[in-house]
Amino acid sequence: MEQKTSRIGRFLNALELDVRLLGMVLALLAIWVVFDVLSGGSFITPRNLFNISIQSASVMVMATGMVFVIVTRNIDLSVGSILGFIGMLIGVMQVNLLPDLMGQGHILLWLVALLSGIVIGALIGGLQGAIIAFLGVPAFIVTLGGLLVWRGAAWWVTSGQTVAPMDPTFRLIGGGNGGTIGYWPSLIVGIICCVLIIVSLVTGRQQRKRFDFPLRPMWAEFVLAGLGITIVMGIVGIANSYYMPARVAKRYAEANGIAVPEEGLQIAYGLPIPVLIAIGVAIVMTFVAKRTRFGRYVFAQGGNPEAAELSGINTRMMTVAIFSVMGMLCGLASAISTARLNASTNATGTLDELLVIAAAVIGGTSLNGGVGTIVGAVLGALVMQSLQSGMVLLGFDAPLQNMVVGVVLILAVYIDIVYRRRAA
Amino acid sequence: MQTQQNVPLVEMRDMAISFGGIHAVDGVDVDLYGGEVVAVLGHNGAGKSTLIKMLSGAYRGSRGDIKIHGEPAIINTPHDAKRYGIETIYQTLALADNIDAAGNLFLGRELQTRWGTLDDVAMEAETRKVMKRLNPNFTRFREPVKALSGGQRQSVAIARAVHFNAKILIMDEPTAALGPQETKQVSELILELKKQGIGIFLISHDIHDVFDLADRVAVMKNGKLVGSARTSEVTKDEVLGMIILGKVPENAIPGPGAEVD
Ligand SMILES: Nc1ncnc2c1ncn2[C@@H]1O[C@H](COP(=O)(O)OP(=O)(O)OP(=O)(O)O)[C@@H](O)[C@H]1O
Ligand SMILES: [Mg+2]
Repeated sequence: MEQKTSRIGRFLNALELDVRLLGMVLALLAIWVVFDVLSGGSFITPRNLFNISIQSASVMVMATGMVFVIVTRNIDLSVGSILGFIGMLIGVMQVNLLPDLMGQGHILLWLVALLSGIVIGALIGGLQGAIIAFLGVPAFIVTLGGLLVWRGAAWWVTSGQTVAPMDPTFRLIGGGNGGTIGYWPSLIVGIICCVLIIVSLVTGRQQRKRFDFPLRPMWAEFVLAGLGITIVMGIVGIANSYYMPARVAKRYAEANGIAVPEEGLQIAYGLPIPVLIAIGVAIVMTFVAKRTRFGRYVFAQGGNPEAAELSGINTRMMTVAIFSVMGMLCGLASAISTARLNASTNATGTLDELLVIAAAVIGGTSLNGGVGTIVGAVLGALVMQSLQSGMVLLGFDAPLQNMVVGVVLILAVYIDIVYRRRAA
Repeated sequence: MQTQQNVPLVEMRDMAISFGGIHAVDGVDVDLYGGEVVAVLGHNGAGKSTLIKMLSGAYRGSRGDIKIHGEPAIINTPHDAKRYGIETIYQTLALADNIDAAGNLFLGRELQTRWGTLDDVAMEAETRKVMKRLNPNFTRFREPVKALSGGQRQSVAIARAVHFNAKILIMDEPTAALGPQETKQVSELILELKKQGIGIFLISHDIHDVFDLADRVAVMKNGKLVGSARTSEVTKDEVLGMIILGKVPENAIPGPGAEVD
């Protein structure tokens, strides 16, 4: 980018912030404000934002993997079906299989189910990736086939019967019924994140000093730190100001031996576990994208597959690995969805592939390959879910919701194209 | 020249490859000695790039043997070639446009911290060092190479090839996008590398670019070797005759592609 002359341009340049990402955050806030005004102040409430975050967790998890898939010029249409299939498998495991093997209510039952789901996802994804990479069938076709195959397989597991209920510990993954970590742990998580932000800014600066590279101005470092801390503590603040209804709080207090004072209890939910999982996945995937060889190769392969190959990168194995990671994330997302529903149905995750792809694309992942960020995809998932929740709140019926989401998707990509054209 | 007596650094014998019935390279023999610059010349589409891509591991030929230091070498992938110390500047540059100069320079050979993560700062430092020598005006280290000019991109590709202590360097039209200043710098670099005993294949379709730098020329036409000659024993015009007409002068060694009259 050339020297920007405007003051805002210089400001953003010094911050080395992604202008696009900033635009997305603003768009998200705008959506919230508009819905809040239209709904007479019932959108920007801790309760609503809390619910939106839980509802988008599963799509967020998958969207981070979709970024890698799309960056390497592929697509995965099968994620919703894989989610459904794995959901059936881990449901059956919990209800029929594992209790016999491990004993009813074994404390590690949830973990075995979760890990099995992730491993099965890795295998399914790896299989699809291998067909794409080694047999040369385009990803669009392989995963379109997968969409049908895995949805059918989900039905076959129980001949279409719903499996319920899930293991109580497993259910915590879904965020309902005790699946939040409470006030103080949330605060501690937030503070740890803030410390990490500061540490990474400081070490980054020291590294650059060591090699005498140009540095950001000091004020920019402070603005960045301030921004990061505000966002983190904002999220924690929302989760910590959403209180349990009196009845739930009373039951909770009794279960935990807390005395109930006269004026009633104010117990905050704190951060939901699925949201923590989604944030954790986003952090890990960002780390993989930016700081590891694997991530570097993903982007190199997306930018110029021939160059990647001439550099000695095994692009076929990369493709297998990328789809395998996508499958693992489907397994994890499947656990979140199944736990939240407290049931496995063969329809779980239907149309999720479209939400996931839309989240990645709205988040700035280019279908031409080579470009995309994990944070963008997470924001994209939030935008989609916010739109949907807002429309529900305003009483839009389902067909109209779909139409709006469709138009927004096209619009978002168009804006992105215009933006890139101007940046080039 | 005393290097003549030694074993050649590279011997390519009877190299051949075809694409859908077109014999892009057809029975070509070429040698390269340490400290020598061999110019591979020929018209557009003569098969120059395809020939050297078999040496760099990008293509697997249908026929042909490659020896490195007199030992048979198996080169099936770019990785294999790099193990033999063969570095290549491709005509298309082979840069990932969305990644910065350092990322491209170290692509496939990233420097890592002791935690196994990318050491971007160290890679940028190394890149700054190499570029200072190659193209001192280069300052745009932190942008994707897409944002660079053709010449700057070419500098990055050259830097990548010379940074890893190549023994054999393949340069496919390395100065096509460079200005006179940078071209001169590359010429000086070639002479310096030659002095270090590195063997260099310099590919071009323009004789004027390379005649003064090269010790020998090998001329291709329609996938076949017209012949090879020492630049000290033939004139530019004679080489031009080889390129255009396939006519081999007296002091040159004719190949299978030579016109016989
Ligand atoms: N991957 C490919 N697929 C099909 N045909 C190819 C391929 N690569 C090269 N060819 C053909 O092989 C022939 C030789 O091409 P090559 O690129 O080696 O020529 P060149 O001598 O390098 O030409 P230039 O001076 O234009 O770079 C051409 O006819 C070309 O069309
Ligand atoms: Mg060529």
